[in-house]
Amino acid sequence: MGRDNETLLRKFHQARWDEEIIFEQSVPGERGVLVPKAESQIQDAVGDGVSVIPDNLRRKTPAALPEVNQVRVNRHFMRLSQETLGTDVTIDISQGTCTMKYSPKIQEHIATRDPGVAEVHPLQDENTIQGILEIYHHLEQFLQEISGLEYFTFQPGGGAQAVYTNASIIRAYHASRGDHQRDEIITTMFSHPCDAASPATAGYKVITLMPDSGGYPDLGALKAAISERTAGIFITNPEDTGIYNPNIEEYVKSAHGAGALCAYDQANANGMLGIARAKEAGFDLCHFNVHKTFSAPHCCMGPAMGAVGVRTELAKFLPTPTIEFDGQRYSLNYDHPESIGKVRSFWGNAAIAVKAYAWIMQLGADGLREAAECAVLNNNYMEKKLREVPGVVVQYAEGKRRMEQVRYSWDKLQKDTGVGTDDVNRRLVDYGIQHYWTSHHPWIVPEPFTLEPCESYSKDDIDEYVAALRQISKEAYENPDLVKNAPHNSVVHRVPAPSIDEPERIAVTWRQYLKKREAGGG
Amino acid sequence: MSESRIVYPYIPNSVPEVKAQMLKEVGASNITELYSEIPEHLKIQRKMNLPEPILDEYSLRRHVEGLLDRNQNCKNYLSFLGAGCAQHFVPAVCDEINGRGEFLTAYVGESYADHGKWQALFEYASLMGELLDMDILSCPLYDGSAAVGTALRMAARVRGRGQVLLPRSMSPDTLSIVKNYLQGIGAPQVAIEMINFDTETGLLDLDDLRSKISDNTAAVLIENPSYLGFIETQAEEIGTIARDAGADLIVQTDPISLGALAPPAHYGADFACGDFQPLGMHMQCGGGQGGFVAAHDDMKYIAEFKDLMFGLTETVKDGEWGFGEVLYDRTSYGSREKGKEYTGTTTGLLAITAGVYLSLMGPKGMEEVSQTIMQKSQYTALRISQIPGLRLAFSTPFFKEFVVNFDDTNTSVGEVNRRLLEHKIFGGKDVSAEFPELGQSALYCVTEIMTQKDIDSLVQALTASTQ
Repeated sequence: MGRDNETLLRKFHQARWDEEIIFEQSVPGERGVLVPKAESQIQDAVGDGVSVIPDNLRRKTPAALPEVNQVRVNRHFMRLSQETLGTDVTIDISQGTCTMKYSPKIQEHIATRDPGVAEVHPLQDENTIQGILEIYHHLEQFLQEISGLEYFTFQPGGGAQAVYTNASIIRAYHASRGDHQRDEIITTMFSHPCDAASPATAGYKVITLMPDSGGYPDLGALKAAISERTAGIFITNPEDTGIYNPNIEEYVKSAHGAGALCAYDQANANGMLGIARAKEAGFDLCHFNVHKTFSAPHCCMGPAMGAVGVRTELAKFLPTPTIEFDGQRYSLNYDHPESIGKVRSFWGNAAIAVKAYAWIMQLGADGLREAAECAVLNNNYMEKKLREVPGVVVQYAEGKRRMEQVRYSWDKLQKDTGVGTDDVNRRLVDYGIQHYWTSHHPWIVPEPFTLEPCESYSKDDIDEYVAALRQISKEAYENPDLVKNAPHNSVVHRVPAPSIDEPERIAVTWRQYLKKREAGGG
Repeated sequence: MSESRIVYPYIPNSVPEVKAQMLKEVGASNITELYSEIPEHLKIQRKMNLPEPILDEYSLRRHVEGLLDRNQNCKNYLSFLGAGCAQHFVPAVCDEINGRGEFLTAYVGESYADHGKWQALFEYASLMGELLDMDILSCPLYDGSAAVGTALRMAARVRGRGQVLLPRSMSPDTLSIVKNYLQGIGAPQVAIEMINFDTETGLLDLDDLRSKISDNTAAVLIENPSYLGFIETQAEEIGTIARDAGADLIVQTDPISLGALAPPAHYGADFACGDFQPLGMHMQCGGGQGGFVAAHDDMKYIAEFKDLMFGLTETVKDGEWGFGEVLYDRTSYGSREKGKEYTGTTTGLLAITAGVYLSLMGPKGMEEVSQTIMQKSQYTALRISQIPGLRLAFSTPFFKEFVVNFDDTNTSVGEVNRRLLEHKIFGGKDVSAEFPELGQSALYCVTEIMTQKDIDSLVQALTASTQ
């Protein structure tokens, strides 16, 4: 009955509906919802409304959308939701680097249901949005205190766009000084790929520092790479390995010495709240993933928010508008001639700002620090337990404390049994646990898996998670095919070639699938 | 009880006894030891200066709702604001599905445990594909403006050319985003040239287009319907001019128009892009935006998409749908700086919602909603144009939005809009500063949700506010 008290394992089976694609559920003539019509007086005045469209711009054939009654549409998407292992239903220590913390329901109930957010148009008169502007203003003050940097924008729609915003600010800063020779950005291999890709999109050449034998970004390589062509460095600390770099100041000083700016990717800030900040380490810019560190939900990859913070002298480059307060009234200020312009429409994702504001207000300074400390404690506890699991290896920084996550390795398991990290990952769901995050590419740590037991998880949650991995390790040594052929209890079975790259098989839409099938591929 | 004894409901191990036990397990006598890697001088040597917490859930709700109550909204006011975000009807099933905890809190899980998410995003792409009559879409982008920026860069890569042509009538916000997105070090990576428009009709100046297009032009962008509302009736001809110069035609469109307007693919577009906020999203003060880029089934275009693509396939079990990544190495997740632009967390849940919306609406629903919007917006324009001193800026047919000129009222749009607030009406967006050549003008937006009574209220209030 229920989870086994000895093994901590549960007899799980995920919802499996064998659900058709929505197009397969179409019944000609069915309707999912009816639409408001124009009143007869309006029709009398303007006619059918569509005859004014020139013939060559009129839609001649209706879109070939499915025709499905509402009962079935609702059931269909309910089933698809049941076939998704959100953090609400699993112990989501799995998705390391993503900080899958609990998103308090109270925030959701306020921010998405209150018409004071949901039904607000972003171009309303400022006097009618004083409440939201006040929340943004306070959230900016909170993040100023949490990071030590002086100005913030909440416009970016996610972490990678925040990094792009920082790259744009760095670009504008050097351009404003007539310094056009700086066309290189330096980042590190254990920083998120966007720390390379976003600056590259902004036009920069990217130099990536590999880890040294201790797992730290190679300081010698940094000093060799830094030159009058360096525009900036983008770095996380702790990196995605969970290793904190105690010499971070030296990296920052090297960059500053050459006239470059330093951007702190704080995607991994969860263990650092109230402990250490961007300012003291000397950074010029930073960003937080509000949907990670500050508890807003991850929403199947967005909507999200990246909060960008800068030192005072860079504030003039921030996206417009900025939100200001004159002591009486909040306003939107578009008058920033040196601004990089806009990076996202309007001025950010208000619902996420409300959630982050509520989270910080509910915890306060002590609570934020408690969250950080428990995240780090959880991680240290889990590392200790996982080191005892056969086949698990922890590379780098032996004997040093990690922060909020660890990039582990199944290298030994793979060598011993032939079962690699992808196999274990598929098997994990058979125990009711979300697939873990292996690593961004390229894999520097062999057979990697990255776990982040943030403050939302209890000791018991961690114990259950470790028990599942211990069991899978045992299976790998005793019956490797069981693991290799996983999943067995998930929604669907193994996809033989999970990358589908052959042109004759690519089917990213139903219509493309039908065409390929007709042509004999698919 | 000291503050450190607070047990936080969202932090299970804040129970002191549990914490002590775990510390013992990891061989630390206190939490500070776990932070031994951080040099002392980099630590904050004080408690953060944040407001006193509101610990209990009920009081927190009172506090936050108290702030939000200071907002007015488009439920208690009538709103004629558009300009890229509009109040449309949101079917209840859309809210029901995107409120599901499983979707709300999922993230990057693989296609087994998160099969439902993969299928929902595949269906989003498939449904949008039918609306647009195009085969290829990726996972969503941040918003319509990001979609324009990416479509332009994709075209530049496909064509191997360095310049794009944009209409001067386009959304200034989108232009600002695109400019920053195409900028490079010292010079733009892709040069932007603006094409004039006719201030009587709003339409693109084809002579200006012909004079500026060259063998370095990668793409011509049009908005259809445009930011200023008019339908670019020369779209087909513009496509021909682009094609003759070896350039792509990119059309930014409003997806809710496509029950009545031909999808861009029908008049020669190589890319269709835009924002799917109208398809089931609440405005959320700008939080409801989500972008899409679509193209034809051609590997040279498919290979240039920058975001994840979920492909339909089969599992090892006969007759069972499965999903897999398509061309993962395109993305910056797979190839870091060598990927196509950058990718990241964008608007997955909103895309799923758009998929729910299109599933509910079906072909008939989309046809009807487009038609209702056209009828109601035309009726509003007609009534407004009968108010003394007010006239429509353009003679061209429009969809959902139209520009009203106030020059003959001797009242600024700003002043009119202030007076309308007293009638609990948000007047159209003031575009006088964005387009000085249009004089004192406002962009009015009318969607399917407006009733004749609402429109009558606007007309009365506008009459009172301008006389």
